[in-house]
Parts: sequence; C-alpha cells; structure tokens
Amino acid sequence: MTLPAPGIEEIRAKAAPFPTRHFLSVTDLDPVDVSQLLDLADLFVALNRQMNKKIDLLKGRTQVNLFFEASTRTQSSFELAGKRLGADVVNMSPRSSSISKGETLIDTAVTLNAMQPDILIIRHAASGAASLLSQKVDCSVVNAGDGQHEHPSQALLDALSMRRAFGRIGGLTVAICGDVLHSRVARSNIALLTMLGANVRVVGPPTLIPTDVARWGVTVFHDMKAGIAGADVVMMLRLQLERMQGALVPSMREYFRLWGLDREKLALAAPGVRVMHPGPMNRGVEIDSDVADDRTVSLIQDQVEMGVAVRMAVLASLAARLDNR
Amino acid sequence: MTAATGPIAFQHARLVDPAAGYDGPGALLVAEGLIVRVSHGADLKDLPPGVRVIDAGGAMLCPGLIDLRVKTGEPGNEPKETLKSAARAAAAGGVTSIVVQPDTDPVVDDPAVVDFILRRARDIELVHVYPAGAATKGCLGQGMAEIGLMHEAGCVYITDADRPIVNSRVFRRLLAYAGGLGVLVAHRPADPWLTEGAAATEGEFAGRMGLAAEPVAAETIMLERDIALAGLTGARLMVDQISAAAPLESLARAKSRGLPIIATASINHLTFNELDIGDYRTFWKLTPPLRGEDDRQALIEAVASGLVDIVVSAHAPAPPEEKRLPFEEAASGAIGLETLLPALLTFHHEGRIPLPRLIETVTLAPAKAIGAAAGRLAVGAPADLILVDLDAPRLIDAADLLSKSKNSAFDGRRLQGRVLMTLVDGRIVFQAAREASLSR
Repeated sequence: MTLPAPGIEEIRAKAAPFPTRHFLSVTDLDPVDVSQLLDLADLFVALNRQMNKKIDLLKGRTQVNLFFEASTRTQSSFELAGKRLGADVVNMSPRSSSISKGETLIDTAVTLNAMQPDILIIRHAASGAASLLSQKVDCSVVNAGDGQHEHPSQALLDALSMRRAFGRIGGLTVAICGDVLHSRVARSNIALLTMLGANVRVVGPPTLIPTDVARWGVTVFHDMKAGIAGADVVMMLRLQLERMQGALVPSMREYFRLWGLDREKLALAAPGVRVMHPGPMNRGVEIDSDVADDRTVSLIQDQVEMGVAVRMAVLASLAARLDNR
Repeated sequence: MTAATGPIAFQHARLVDPAAGYDGPGALLVAEGLIVRVSHGADLKDLPPGVRVIDAGGAMLCPGLIDLRVKTGEPGNEPKETLKSAARAAAAGGVTSIVVQPDTDPVVDDPAVVDFILRRARDIELVHVYPAGAATKGCLGQGMAEIGLMHEAGCVYITDADRPIVNSRVFRRLLAYAGGLGVLVAHRPADPWLTEGAAATEGEFAGRMGLAAEPVAAETIMLERDIALAGLTGARLMVDQISAAAPLESLARAKSRGLPIIATASINHLTFNELDIGDYRTFWKLTPPLRGEDDRQALIEAVASGLVDIVVSAHAPAPPEEKRLPFEEAASGAIGLETLLPALLTFHHEGRIPLPRLIETVTLAPAKAIGAAAGRLAVGAPADLILVDLDAPRLIDAADLLSKSKNSAFDGRRLQGRVLMTLVDGRIVFQAAREASLSR
C-alpha cells in the first residue's frame, strides 16, 4: 500500500479532540469516536511508512511513560508514538522496593504532577490503578494496562488491524481464545468489539473464563473446535505460565492439545480467517509457530505496526483536547 | 462510672421498647442511673421535686444501641482510632455500648489486656466498652486463648475477628470448651482457599472490573461446617456478618433444628451492593465483600423476619494511607458508629421493617447475646437511652464525623434520623447542639 504521505494539515484536521480528558477504558468511547480514531490512525500508518516519520503535533508537550510492570512492546510503542509526534518523552520504570506498590503509585503521581507533564501513560499490576492516578494529577492519563481490568489502546490497535484486513468490524465473528479470566486485553476487546457490532465468542477451559461472562454479550465455548468454527478472526491470548501452579490447567501439553491453535483447528474457521495475538507469544503453548509465522493468516506483526499508529492517534486526539482548553 | 446526675423525666415521647413490644406515646423517669418509672400513654404525674423535665415533643425514646462489632486502633494503632474517639463517635451515634474486637496490637488474648481496655473505658466515662476476647492465641487459629480467664475479666464473647478459624479440629474444641463455660463464640464464615486475595464477590461486576473475587459459596461452605460443629458440641455460636442468600438458607435450616445459633448482619451489607464499588472506590471495600442486590434483598428480609438477629456497624477505621491505594491493595472496612442508626432507619422510612423490630436488632437482641441488662425500657434497667428525631434529614459528610478515621461508606448519602440526646447510666453523654432548648 503506497499512499502519498499525509500532510500535517490533513492530520491536524482529522485529529478530533478526545471525548474525555483521560483514556482509561474503551467505554470512554462511542462508535463515532472509535471510527474517527481509526481514520486518524490510518493516516499515521501511511506517515510511519515514510522515511521522515516525524510531525510536530505534540511539540512542546511532555509525555511520561510510567511503567510499574515491565513491558517492552507497549512501552516502546508509546515511546515511538510520542517521539514521532514531537513530544518530549520520559520513561520511568519504578520498581517496588520495601514500600508497597500502592504507596509508590500515589507518591510517584504527586511527584510527577509537580513536573507539569501533559500526558501520563501508566501501566500497573493493580486493576483500577490508572483511574486512581487520574484523580491525583492535572494532566491526561492513558491506561496502558491496569491489572486484569483494561488495556484500551490494545483493543483499538486490534480493531484497526481487523478493519484494515476485512474493511469492516461489524458482523465479523471474533473468537477470543485462552486465558480470558486474567486478561485485560480480552476485557477491552470484548467491550470494544461488541460495541462495534462484532459477534464475539470466548473460548477456553472453564477455569480461565470469568463467571457470568455470557452477560457481557458474548457466547461462551469450552470446546475450541466448536468455538472457532466459522470464525473470521481467531484472537489467541497469552497463557501466563504461572497459572499452572494455581491448578487452573493441568499441563502445557494438555493445554496445547485442547486449546492451542494449530493448523488442524484453524482449518475449521471461516475461509480467509486471520489470526491475532497481543504478544508476547508462548509458542507451542497457546499457538503453534507454524500458524503464528504464516503471514497469509497471521496479523500478529501488523498488530505491532498498528500499535504505534493507534497510539499516535490517541496522543494526537488527547493533545487536541488539551489545545482546546 | 461516676455518680449519676440528678433525676430526669422525659415527657411526650414516642417510646419504642422491643422487650415490651411497645411503640406508642409515653413517658419515662430516670434516677440513680436506672429507669425508675415507665408510663405507656400519659405523661408522668407527681414527679419528685428537683427532677429535670425534658419535653421530647414526640421524638422517639428507646434503649441506646448496643454495637457488637467495633474496631478501634487501641491498643497498638492509636492514630487510626482510640477507645476515646470511638466512644465519642458512639455517643454521638446513639450507641451506648460497644464491643471492641480483639485483633489489636497486642491481641486481646490475655486477661491483662481485657483489664487494660476496661480500665481505659472507665477513665473515658462515655459509653460502655466491652472487650471481645480472642478465640485463639494471637488470633492465629491454632492454640486456644485463655477463654475462661478473659471471661472472668469481663470479655463478653470470643472471636478471631476477621480471621476465619480454618482448622476444624481447633474450632470444634473451641466450641466445646467455650460452650462448657457458657461463653459465646463468634465466627465469620469464610473458606480461606476460596477467599484468598479476593477483593470483591465473583460475578459479572467483579469480572468486568478485573478484580480478584470470591464466590458466595466460600461463606456457605464454612457456615455449614460451623453449624455441623455447633450441633456436635451444643455450643452457642454467633455467625459474624452473614451476607448472602445461600448462607441464609443454611442458617434457617440450623435454626429450625433448634440449634443455639444467632447471626449478625452489618449495616453496610444491608445498605450497599457490589455496584456501589463503582470506579474502584475503596471505602466500599469490605470484609466480606459487598454482594449482589439479590443477596442484599434477602438479607433485609432475614432481618425483618428475625432469621438474622442482630445488626452491627462493623465499624472499622482506616486512615487515608491505607485506603488511598489501588482497590486490591487497600485496607478493608468502613467506619459506622455514627451512621448505624440513621442508616437502619431507612428500612422504617421505606416501610420495609417495623420500627420495634428494627430497634430490637440493635438493642434487645445484642443485649441478650452478651447477657447485658440494658436494651430495654423496663423499671430497674440501666438508663442507657437515646432520644431520636426519626425524620430529621441529613446529608452525611464524613468530615463532620467524630471518628479519627473518615472512611465512611455513607459519605455523601442522604439519610433520615438524628440523635438528640444520649444517656448512659442516666448521665447525658451527648446532646445535639440545637436541641439544648428542649430541656427546661
């Protein structure tokens, strides 16, 4: 896809102010907001494929990446997004010492706030941490993953990947497979995809599916083959290997046999099926390398590329809202 | 306690006395710390000279509240709450007796600590403070605490407070031993394997919020064990803070078999459901966690029917540094001494539970549980009384509450009911400012 690089005026015109000061949850958005963000992200995809990827929409702005949990992918994605938009980006990775993580969170928030950042990107192991932080600071807060609650920018980049692959999201059958219980990616995706009119299924062993998940507007399957039959998108989730200790699943090989994605199971999906994974993958646990590396079906590398563009769209929209104040 | 003040007569009151099953106009005379005359109907005539007469103007006069589940930070964590600050809050809330929990630092597992609390309470001279003793040493669920000695020293029941006693053998022996001494055992039923790390009740809400959650079955399983062991030993058991429909069914079966089991419910679980947690609001993080609305409705019905005997405040002060944390890391519990009565009156104003039954759950029923003489408007009973404007509207502002910690789940809530005056042993220990003109 070779499009002429979008000019700054075009991008500026499309960067609608974000609907809320913070981006904590996909429920902050309605379908029109999502559509605008994805349109804007499409422009950034084109920009990112140019030699000169820099545009000064966030010039003078300070972005702080506050990652209490280690993350290579998401942190570098947000860092690149901010830098390409011209912001000054600072990475902080506070490690919990003798004091509890919570005290670090509030203390760090107050300290950072005094440094007058414009946008704070936070990842934290506790559900609700981003919301708590947002109550303590004057800048915009972006949730880059809070415990088992939400990872909204991941859901947006997944939506962008799907929209570019299929031209639409409404009407697609999306099977989200694996450890839904502990997955913030699954929660954000379920909320966003059902809002956009996709048919969402969750597939996994009962020990890894939240109770009452059917009331989230999804269909539950415990049989992987039935769950991905006819699916347009199969989204695999990472199985946290420490879950083996908690008697949630008996062994890796049993898990792979019953809920791992291989060619045989994938053959049951709809023709033209695409496979997604938020990364990092456990090859041979939830996904076979053969499937993951086949670029005719796998969107996994596209997801990483879309991640930078979507985060640029989120940052640009938040900045547009800041500009309007 | 110091000598009682002079005699006081209340005229034109609405007397509510669950012991007599009376809710109607009346008058009452207090002298020497005791109730000496009660009139159902007309005002008292032929009052002795020197009596201070208070015209209640139709306000409710009822026994002072007896709150069986109060935590303070004394000894060991006084910045949270002292016995004195808790007693002041209690007096303002119309609570004339509090039972303080043993999980302090040091733990109340020794008669000397029981004695310390009783002496502190005597010095404070506000409300009655009764200690609950630890059931096991250090509340650790293993070796039995000195139940007999603590009982002699004045503890009114034994409990390990929030900590379930996991070992069934220990719990059986505890019930047998305490039962033999006639000591009431309180236990909060919770299966620790199912509740480990949980901050909410399993279900759609907790799932969406990504919160570690426990199923209600955790409470049911442990309660069934406790009932079976109570049946084995014949001991008196108090189920601490029953909170959901399924365990209520277990409780109903146990009571129908005639077992000497009583149960408490916290005002928080009667008022709030899990959705009140909202956007990770930690003042609504409680133990047990808030349940679904069906469970709350079942709990209200159980209080109305008498299946649940007693309502407690579950007063649990926590300073900001323990609450201003991510939800799963935050301390559990909310203060409640000053909001117990108006929150309970909600069910009177909604027409859900008759006033005498409501008052019984916080006066006569807890008095019977701990063998206190208070909790009734009878001649010869201690003059622990409250005068209440049942209808006064209030907007609760946690900053106005007297507890040292301000973690009230009722902050910002509109309630009805204001304590005008609190008497303990015939002494006025609290009087609402603007009601001073009542006395003449």
